[in-house]
Amino acid sequence: MSGDWPLWEVFVRAKGGLAHRHVGSVHAPDAELALRHARDTYTRRTEGVSLWVVPSATIVASDPDEAGELFEPAESKIYRHPTFYDIPDEVKHI
Amino acid sequence: MATVAVDPRHDYLLRLGDDALVLGQRLSEWCGHGPVLEVDISLANLALDLVGQATLLLNEAGDGDKLAFHRDVLDFGNCLLVEQPNGDFAQTMARHLLYTTWQHMLLERLTRSSDRFLAEFAHKAVKEIAYHRELASEWTIRLGDGTEESARRMAAGLDWCWRFIPELFEVDETVQAAIDAKIAADPREFQEGYRSAIAAVLAEAKLEAPPDQRPIVGGRRGHHSEHLGHLLALMQFLPRTYPDATW
Repeated sequence: MSGDWPLWEVFVRAKGGLAHRHVGSVHAPDAELALRHARDTYTRRTEGVSLWVVPSATIVASDPDEAGELFEPAESKIYRHPTFYDIPDEVKHI
Repeated sequence: MATVAVDPRHDYLLRLGDDALVLGQRLSEWCGHGPVLEVDISLANLALDLVGQATLLLNEAGDGDKLAFHRDVLDFGNCLLVEQPNGDFAQTMARHLLYTTWQHMLLERLTRSSDRFLAEFAHKAVKEIAYHRELASEWTIRLGDGTEESARRMAAGLDWCWRFIPELFEVDETVQAAIDAKIAADPREFQEGYRSAIAAVLAEAKLEAPPDQRPIVGGRRGHHSEHLGHLLALMQFLPRTYPDATW
């Protein structure tokens, strides 16, 4: 039966001021019940104050076959991390 | 003839506690058998809310464990609706819609009870039951306005449960005494509201209300259907077989 239901990705905001984080997915026949299933599955231990559900089919994903060209070039550019730089002692609050 | 002293507050707590306990136990029978994983978890959540409410109510009435596990059928004061078998998912949702719509309207009024425990209890429980009522309404609408089979099952579930509605609005001596003491809410005050609320859900579900049937009452006085005995046997056998068992 759940095989007939579309999949929804679930995002939970743990508390005010934090961003919604992806926590998993649920099957549901429509958006309203997807929210309720998400509430019952992912917030039963007070994990959140707000929920988003998004039809999984609407997510556009990167192609794993393109992982090389998409992500590997960044690996050799460690100077993009702030820790790459020595900070002079005189610089405070950084 | 000796008269037995009746404490309306105690009896009122027991009735509400038994409603929650029996319905919670019924719903827990779905655990591991839900039509889909998500619904299985939903039903278990509903069951846990109700068992939690029963714990509060029965512990206020006395020793909660003793009341739950060491009384027999005749001593239970729950309404007949909550002890009805789960049937299929549609019948479970029909029962839940009819009971929690009533319970929600009652709890809204009990938040203004002069009894401090009941007012505080109602304040907490009314939010839980608002969710139950919403969820049962959503499912009733989807099943009623779904496929031919789901509509047939939903109609059959409502038909099964319909004759147990009048008992919810019965005011006997116990309830009247509790109303007079400003502990209880008078269910007759929201009987009309209940009717129109259920009618609104059924209209949205494109379902006809079942014809009124001969009401069946008596649960509040311990006159239960055969179903309660089976439920209690399963629920009580462990603490009765091993009285000092802990887990």
